[in-house]
Amino acid sequence: MDILQILISDSFWAAALRIATPLIFGVLGALICEKSGVLNLGIEGIFAAGAMAGWMAVWLGAGLWGGLLVAALVGGFFGLIHAILTVPLGLSQHVSGLGVTMLATSVSYFTYRTALPQVSSPPKIVPFQPLDIPVLSDLPFVGPVLFQQTAMTWLALVMVALVWWVLNRTPLGLAIRAVGDNPDAVDAQGLSVYGLRIGAVVAGSALMALGGAFLTMSAFDSFFFGMVNGRGWICIALVIFASWRPGKALLGALLFGAFDAFQVRLQTEVGAFVPSQIFLMAPYVLSIFALVIVARRAEYPGALLKPWFKGQR
Amino acid sequence: MTNTRVLSLNNLSKRFGSVVANDAVSIELHRGEVLALLGENGAGKTTLMNMLFGHYLPDGGSIDVADESGDMRPLTLGHPQAALEAGIGMVHQHFTLAENLTVLDSILLGSESLLAWRHKRKAARAKVGRIMQRTGLTVGLDEQIGKLTVGERQRVEILKALYHDARILVLDEPTAVLTPQEADTLFENIGAMTKDGLSVIFISHKLREVLAFSHRISVLRHGKLVGEIATSDADERVIARMMVGADTPTTPREAMAPGAPVLALKTTTVKGDSARTSLHAVDLTIHAHEIVGIAGVSGNGQSALARLVSGLATPDSGELLISGKPIHRFTPPVMQKAGVGRIPEDRHHDGIIGAMSVAENLVIERLRDSDVQKYGFLQQNSIRSHAQDLCKDYDVRGPGIDADARLLSGGNIQKLILARVFECMPDLILANQPTRGLDMGAAAEVARRLLEARARGAGVLLISEDLDEVLALSDRIIVIHDGQLHEAHTNDREAIGLMMAGEQA
Amino acid sequence: MIRIEPRDAPSRWWTIGVPVASALIALLLAAIPLMAAGANVFEAYAQMAKGIFGSKFAFTEMLTRATPLIFTGLAATMAFRAKLWNIGAEGQLYLGAMAAVVVGTGLIDAPSIILIPIILLAGAAAGAAGMAGPTYLKTRFGADEVVTTLLLNFIILIFLQMMLEGPLKDPMGMGWPQSEPIVDNAILPQLMPRMRIHSGLIIALVAAGVAHVMLSKSVWGFKLRAVGENAAAALHAGIGVKRTMMSAAIVSGGLAGIAGVSEVAGLRGYLTTDLSPGFGYTGIVVAMLAGLSPIGVVISAIFIASVFVGADTMSRAMGVSSYLADLVVALSLICVLIGGFIARYRITRTNKGGQ
Repeated sequence: MDILQILISDSFWAAALRIATPLIFGVLGALICEKSGVLNLGIEGIFAAGAMAGWMAVWLGAGLWGGLLVAALVGGFFGLIHAILTVPLGLSQHVSGLGVTMLATSVSYFTYRTALPQVSSPPKIVPFQPLDIPVLSDLPFVGPVLFQQTAMTWLALVMVALVWWVLNRTPLGLAIRAVGDNPDAVDAQGLSVYGLRIGAVVAGSALMALGGAFLTMSAFDSFFFGMVNGRGWICIALVIFASWRPGKALLGALLFGAFDAFQVRLQTEVGAFVPSQIFLMAPYVLSIFALVIVARRAEYPGALLKPWFKGQR
Repeated sequence: MTNTRVLSLNNLSKRFGSVVANDAVSIELHRGEVLALLGENGAGKTTLMNMLFGHYLPDGGSIDVADESGDMRPLTLGHPQAALEAGIGMVHQHFTLAENLTVLDSILLGSESLLAWRHKRKAARAKVGRIMQRTGLTVGLDEQIGKLTVGERQRVEILKALYHDARILVLDEPTAVLTPQEADTLFENIGAMTKDGLSVIFISHKLREVLAFSHRISVLRHGKLVGEIATSDADERVIARMMVGADTPTTPREAMAPGAPVLALKTTTVKGDSARTSLHAVDLTIHAHEIVGIAGVSGNGQSALARLVSGLATPDSGELLISGKPIHRFTPPVMQKAGVGRIPEDRHHDGIIGAMSVAENLVIERLRDSDVQKYGFLQQNSIRSHAQDLCKDYDVRGPGIDADARLLSGGNIQKLILARVFECMPDLILANQPTRGLDMGAAAEVARRLLEARARGAGVLLISEDLDEVLALSDRIIVIHDGQLHEAHTNDREAIGLMMAGEQA
Repeated sequence: MIRIEPRDAPSRWWTIGVPVASALIALLLAAIPLMAAGANVFEAYAQMAKGIFGSKFAFTEMLTRATPLIFTGLAATMAFRAKLWNIGAEGQLYLGAMAAVVVGTGLIDAPSIILIPIILLAGAAAGAAGMAGPTYLKTRFGADEVVTTLLLNFIILIFLQMMLEGPLKDPMGMGWPQSEPIVDNAILPQLMPRMRIHSGLIIALVAAGVAHVMLSKSVWGFKLRAVGENAAAALHAGIGVKRTMMSAAIVSGGLAGIAGVSEVAGLRGYLTTDLSPGFGYTGIVVAMLAGLSPIGVVISAIFIASVFVGADTMSRAMGVSSYLADLVVALSLICVLIGGFIARYRITRTNKGGQ
């Protein structure tokens, strides 16, 4: 077996980064929400909504960047629903998140079916193309791995840096970190706990939707039912694995992408002896495994899942 | 002291449901003045300050604050931001610090525009440095809040207020969590700050410090301002009478000869998450007919001791004997069966299940007993009649035995727990902060029940941060510091205070 | 300024009124997507009603659809009551179905009276194991059961595919990934001739009754509620929190497993990967709509099943996507959440005060 050969091939690492891209968006989105103290299990549905909305906007002629904007707005809208239910109303974040996932998924599916009632093969759009940056993309190894990705992968990497900067270097990030740990601290300084949390959940949800949009606008060129396939839940596990740090979130998503790319390649090597489902299961098993390892040591944001009401202390 | 007014509260009123927390309270504060706001628990001190700071919206009344040039201006009510901008800083009794932030970040929080693209950390560092130098309040700026002691956290809170250019500082029970010596240092720092023109209101129910450190005293009782007096004209008896409306009742207790040991710890060690939640090779014996008070500043191992005796923690080494029998498995049921009754520190969190009925909460420790269940099914009739009897005996008042326990007041919740614990006639009673947050009546009831149990032959392990309570109730006093126990052999609060600070008397 | 204050004690009217109102509002809100799809709203509602009450067959179809939802709704109820977030009923349902197929396709030969209890038990055991695992990971390692049970759903479905293409594949199935048929003696008896309604419904109703009694009258139910409402106080009072959670997990997973048995042995007769159109997830809505009351689960399962069956009929007649049903289900969950808030809290306006 040529495991080593797989690991040093540029196509493998290019695939790893490609697979990691939607997860990077999703983990960052979930991270922002959780840093502010709100678990957002709407992620799975917001992925679907982002995938559908972005794709449909492009299909209707909005252009690729316009499509991303639409996806982000739709994600933000579902995030707002979750935020209103869980922040000022203080309802169960678990149940509300699942409700938002169901709502976002069914709205997306219903809209898609209503717009395209009887199509046998789903219509296609022209997705983001690999950036062919002169010189750089011809470099050995780094060329194909980094410089032949689509603009969305680059956007994801920029987002990692941006989220890190905002959280760690700006007053806004400081306020978000504080509100997720002790809302009273933020309230005592005259800042709005509700405003910060709602804003964080909406922004995080918009990022999640971009992760979904990557699926229909970069990885594939059309929308299918069930295409999110648990990616959102994997992001929720990865946030814990990443201890709520953007850098580690990137690392976690990359490791996950590498593993996924590896299993696909391994499958072609040993597929004759091992049922293919073993490989399909592997990413989910890996996520559970990662969760179990870090769970005890994880330093959850102090106020995660805890509702806060103004004027009650 | 100059005579310039900096703050006036005019006829502030606040109701919560049918409870009147503040009834037309008017207070004035002058530049450079230290005003003590004195009153019992529940007298309305904190509510009044929360209105000043914009956390609560008053039902009536207004507030005027002097601006920088000394002109009085009305304060927009109900907005903490407005209070901050008017130069009011508040240090709450329960600190409002996020544990995951550094000291510098905690001070910076809320001081910059949220739209700023980056912090101005360098300038902030310099400004905090100047404040520290001027006031003597020092603390490492890059430390994480979660790793600081309580005293240090308090300093961070004060620094935060001063960083926000507070001209009026409100301290809510600032010494509740400090040793007497730490408290003295705090008041020295306050003295230095008032020389700079800062005005301070501090809330307290401790007569001693109020007399020692304030210029003027305002006393609240049942939400009303009942008296104002210059500190130089006051003495303990005068203000105590103002506070409670009559002379303080002293708890009558008779001397008793201690009986056989009911609790014995022999070089018992409990390793906690941090040094402050552990016990290091402690020895402790409590006899029948004896109340042993554990005095100490919170976070010195009290919770480890309480968890151990409650059956929630297992010792890493050493022995624990209940009535002479060694305990091997440490679980709450084992402790219950051995004859330990437990009154938990946080009665809402550990004591009751708020969403279950009063009757159910009264039997929750006796689910195996035959009057509670038969063949695994609850005996509703006997549970309810049992609850009715207990509520009558222990005077638990509320909307009835079938109502959720969360609907009871704090004092009635504590009575419910007392009923549950004392009904089983325990040989050893762990009373952890048994009167914290209770009004005088309920606190006196708790004390009476503890003394009654002592008379019957129980031993009581009383853990309290309220030194006065420990002094009033205990036969022996043991000081806990840094996970170690030291017998006090004295009733002198100064000596005990030194021991609480870790100095051997 | 608006303040949120808890109500003293929500009255009985609220506990019944809120879910009913939520369900109705969700149904009314469905008019918006219906209009967006260009359908005649009144006709759509009429078609839906016809799909439920239009014939004896339609009505029994609705009850057939409600049967697995009662089981999964109970599964969610028992877990959620202990604050154990079992989102894995979908996977546990398939585990139960697989166990039914393993035991019920010829492994054991026995008369119905013996074989049916055996496959029910086998299914319950498999489902219980599917929830016991994540619960162990939660109590032992602190791994969040929401994430683990969600991920397990995917793992179990892939595992099912593997089994249906491997050991459980029907050699007579002409290559389709489906199991061998359940033997006649293991089939749950039909309730009415020529209708698909089967005795799984009776078992579901009995389960709801038993769950109600256990929850409100037994010491076990007492402990379960105590752990769910305040685990710290329950622990302090001497209740074995981890043990209670594990027992809730086993009951919850077991109920979800029986849902799978009931579908395989009562309705389909063999196992495929599309046995459940999300019964596990919908069970969460059923439970929430029922206010986590086992008796309420029966009623809310009937409501949700009506939405699905009615939407199917409407979809066939009018060409509007049947995803409308999923939309109504999601909306009713969100409405009941908001309704629960209104029942528990009072929103009061306080006067502005001051100047």
